Amino acid sequence: MEIDISKPILDRNERLASENRALFDANDVFVLDLMASPGAGKTSTILATIAALRDRYNIAVIEGDIASRVDAEKISAHGIPAVQINTGGACHLESDMIKRAINALDLASLDIIIIENVGNLVCPTDFYLGEDAKVMILSIPEGHDKPYKYPNIFAIAEAVILNKYDTLSVFDFDEPEFRQVVHSLNPTAPVFPVSATKGDGIDAWAQWLIARIESAKAARSLSKGSDVS
Amino acid sequence: MHEMGIVASILDASVEAASKQGAARITEIKISVGELTEIQEFALDFAFTAMTPGTMAEGAILTVNHIGASSRCVSCDVEFEHGRFEIVCPKCSGFLCELITGRELSIDSIEIDDAPLDAKPTDGDETNEDGSNADTASGAGE
Ligand SMILES: Nc1nc2c(ncn2[C@@H]2O[C@H](COP(=O)(O)OP(=O)(O)OP(=O)(O)O)[C@@H](O)[C@H]2O)c(=O)[nH]1
Ligand SMILES: [Mg+2]
Ligand SMILES: [Zn+2]
Ligand SMILES: [Zn+2]
Repeated sequence: MEIDISKPILDRNERLASENRALFDANDVFVLDLMASPGAGKTSTILATIAALRDRYNIAVIEGDIASRVDAEKISAHGIPAVQINTGGACHLESDMIKRAINALDLASLDIIIIENVGNLVCPTDFYLGEDAKVMILSIPEGHDKPYKYPNIFAIAEAVILNKYDTLSVFDFDEPEFRQVVHSLNPTAPVFPVSATKGDGIDAWAQWLIARIESAKAARSLSKGSDVS
Repeated sequence: MHEMGIVASILDASVEAASKQGAARITEIKISVGELTEIQEFALDFAFTAMTPGTMAEGAILTVNHIGASSRCVSCDVEFEHGRFEIVCPKCSGFLCELITGRELSIDSIEIDDAPLDAKPTDGDETNEDGSNADTASGAGE
């Protein structure tokens, strides 16, 4: 006998992600999920982004790592609340982990949460966490051919940060080809060349992010307004 | 790779649905997987083979329905199929397109059986056999 089930395999993840989303909406918090390979510069980019936005917004960071508190400590050292999630071997974050992490944050006082996903170009793409936007970082030393090998992450990111741009002259990174492949996978995603540790290029990225945050806030207040009337 | 987690979710949902129907075992599980997900079928099969023994789905077949990628052009409403690359409207060459299919990851249905795997007809003939089998039968009953 056949029994119909018809439900998403990641049902539980999607359900908890929607609960996270509802909490973020209720507290008017914009959430960014930052994805990249290990060592591409996620923590450095978060620190540079914090420096650019902290006068304007109250920011917190959720650090996803397989083990250790190293990254959360780097963020806390700058006076920014940081929650470390150790996935204990899992190669990506799931929405239940985020749910637990936000319990440790004072959502009402926050404008933005930046999530540093586990260093991985594959898994994080299949897991909605309740975020507003997924953005990915590729660093110059990884090579311009990465979008051929890991197309999905380039396809779903709203923007692509090209980090360690200061090392361009040392590697045979073909930037025009890189941009062309990214465009063929994801025609609307802007590419921001940055040097996270030096601060170069962060301004253009920060301007984009501010515009994205403000449009999300505007959409939220619109839908809240229509709920009331 | 998170195929183990995927298979665990598939098994949870299947066993729950089968138990509700009072089934003894699951003989087939049908799922749909979009071309644009990060699911590797060999890894899925591997995890399924490794994780089903001892569950209601022991010996079950995992049938995967592959769903191709398709999009709709925002400017001219044309729907078209595509691969991972070059998602461009064939009519106006516009690239503002909305994905219609390709990100599916769902469990569709299961096939169930009322007879448990260890109660196959051959096991029912214990009376025809001699002493040693009777021992096994009484042992199993404790
Ligand atoms: N030259 C150069 N080095 C950089 C840049 N950004 C990061 N790095 C270096 O790259 C290394 C890794 O940077 P992180 O920011 O820790 O990278 P991550 O992606 O957070 O690393 P994991 O969390 O370990 O996966 C560090 O040694 C950084 O100093 C950059 O723009 N230019
Ligand atoms: Mg880091
Ligand atoms: Zn994973
Ligand atoms: Zn068109």
